[in-house]
Amino acid sequence: MILEPKTLFDKIWDAHVVKQVKDGPDVLYIDRHFIHEVTSPVAFLGLEKRGMKVFRPQNTIATPDHNVPTIDQHLPIKEELSRIQVEALKENCAKNGIELYGLAHQYHGIVHIIGPELGITQPGMTIVCGDSHTSTHGAFGTIAFGIGTSEVEMVFASQCILQPKPKKMRISVEGKLQKDVTAKDIALYVISKISTSGGTGHFIEFAGSAIRSLTMEGRMTLCNMSIECGARGGMIAPDEVTFEYIKGREFAPKGEEWNDKLALWEQLKSDDNAVFDTEYQYDASDIEPMITYGTNPGMGIGVNGNIPTGENLTGSDRITFDKSLEYMGFKPGEKIKGKKVDYVFIGSCTNGRIEDFRLFANFVKGKKKANSVTAWIVPGSKKVEQQIREEGLVEIFEAAGFALRQPGCSACLAMNDDKIPAGKYSVSTSNRNFEGRQGPGARTMLASPLMAAAAAIAGVVSDPREF
Amino acid sequence: MSIEKFQKLVSTVVPLPIENVDTDQIIPARFLKAVERKGFGDNLFRDWRYKKDGTPNADFVLNNPKYSGQILVAGKNFGSGSSREHAAWAVYDAGFRVVVSSFFADIFKSNVLNNGLLPVQVPEAFLDEIFRIVETDPKAQFEVDLENQTITILKAGISVNFDINPYKKECLLNGYDDIDFLLSLKEEIVAFEQA
Repeated sequence: MILEPKTLFDKIWDAHVVKQVKDGPDVLYIDRHFIHEVTSPVAFLGLEKRGMKVFRPQNTIATPDHNVPTIDQHLPIKEELSRIQVEALKENCAKNGIELYGLAHQYHGIVHIIGPELGITQPGMTIVCGDSHTSTHGAFGTIAFGIGTSEVEMVFASQCILQPKPKKMRISVEGKLQKDVTAKDIALYVISKISTSGGTGHFIEFAGSAIRSLTMEGRMTLCNMSIECGARGGMIAPDEVTFEYIKGREFAPKGEEWNDKLALWEQLKSDDNAVFDTEYQYDASDIEPMITYGTNPGMGIGVNGNIPTGENLTGSDRITFDKSLEYMGFKPGEKIKGKKVDYVFIGSCTNGRIEDFRLFANFVKGKKKANSVTAWIVPGSKKVEQQIREEGLVEIFEAAGFALRQPGCSACLAMNDDKIPAGKYSVSTSNRNFEGRQGPGARTMLASPLMAAAAAIAGVVSDPREF
Repeated sequence: MSIEKFQKLVSTVVPLPIENVDTDQIIPARFLKAVERKGFGDNLFRDWRYKKDGTPNADFVLNNPKYSGQILVAGKNFGSGSSREHAAWAVYDAGFRVVVSSFFADIFKSNVLNNGLLPVQVPEAFLDEIFRIVETDPKAQFEVDLENQTITILKAGISVNFDINPYKKECLLNGYDDIDFLLSLKEEIVAFEQA
């Protein structure tokens, strides 16, 4: 019998279907459930109303990240509502026997940073979290996607979720990346090509030689941003780079179990003739260091490019484009390079890993931050913070005029005090430039850590290759 | 627990002809700090609805007394961005039972369905027609019929069909809850874990 060729996505999905509902969604078994303080309390409340406890607490991992302060974390949280949510998470975890990596814990950090760095995220798994950037974990060849709070409650109650199977998309990037072009630039480039809704209804597999050449951290950045083109998630087939990254981490399989798992993981790839519903192919050498000029992540251009004129747009497309530029205070057709920058944020689940800080440090070493720029350097986790200190990056930051903060989601969504003031321009390594995302009236330009470093030094949007 | 049943609704609509309305516009992150499901409606479209000083922005459609109703009609790609179910709660809590657009973001769509709110995806030409009719007659009545999967502009007598997953349709028509269904599968789930 000849088996029908399958995609990587199909292989993992099919292995997790508990039951197919007639004319309905699949009942999908979830291997790991990450939770945080903002999207879990109502789900716990629902469970309590049913008189139930979490069904598989041992497969649930909790950490507070969205609204925690990034200075003085040893003190009680000043803002009452944030404190209540963080306290609620603590109580709910205690009641249900869930492991909590709280603020003082050595494993604390942004949920999508700590899962991979602790070796919890492993190839072939299904992973969910009440956060759209759960797609990050797809870098390991997992099916990982964000869910709503009702769905968090479903997973609490049954370790399963009802999901219609999405369509499959493959995005191949072939060739060699230019100097100073990073995974973030690939992500912004792809989204600028297919738009913020181009991936809707799909799960993406990223492939091609340029993707293979990325480190695990780069792959995480890319998969993290797959939600920004509307996709449920993104994934990359695991390879030697993946296995090397996982080996030896706290919760990675050890000894005999490692060998067994490795044998399974090595099988995880799309078959040669597997069929995708949608395919895109890009040439790596076409990608420039990218930056966004508008109010969604699809509005990105190369750093030396001009803001589009919008001439060819009509109707509501034109209204939306004009509204976006008005919010940003930019004019159609202008150059983006040289635009004033007031704030620089480096961090978030997109670019808050050690390699991002190394890249930033390497660039700012021996230079000085522009006086007009306020910079927030926020590690993605306690472990990343510790590495920054151990590697001597803090000294480089301080000599260049930057201060290191403590881990959390911070200015990515400005739920804590790290808000960009109204009307100010920020170059941010985070994932969303929506109106008000970094604070009411804040104007966000998304870019890589290297672009952020160049902006912090020059005080204006700059090409890092020209320093 | 169950969701509110939805069968048929006749109502005027509130038009929001803006594309790519993301979840940060529907409900900004700083308003996600409750530990209960209630009270999010007041902050629906917060930064468009209120000026910086907290007074209502008269230009925004929700503050315009001309428009009212239980149907929100928005430009394409509504609900992109975050997975925050607070966005669905805010729309529901503000009194809407149906959201119409030519395109919905995936997570937002499943979130609204899990809260008894019906997402109605219509062709772009039909969406434009709704905006056109409401502009000339804000009191125009629309009918949304879930059983027959139709939305009708009553005065024009124009109707289109919309898609919905048959399972989700049953849930909404009857007020069924996904969790009750999943709990009924406990034995199969345990058997799956042991296999």
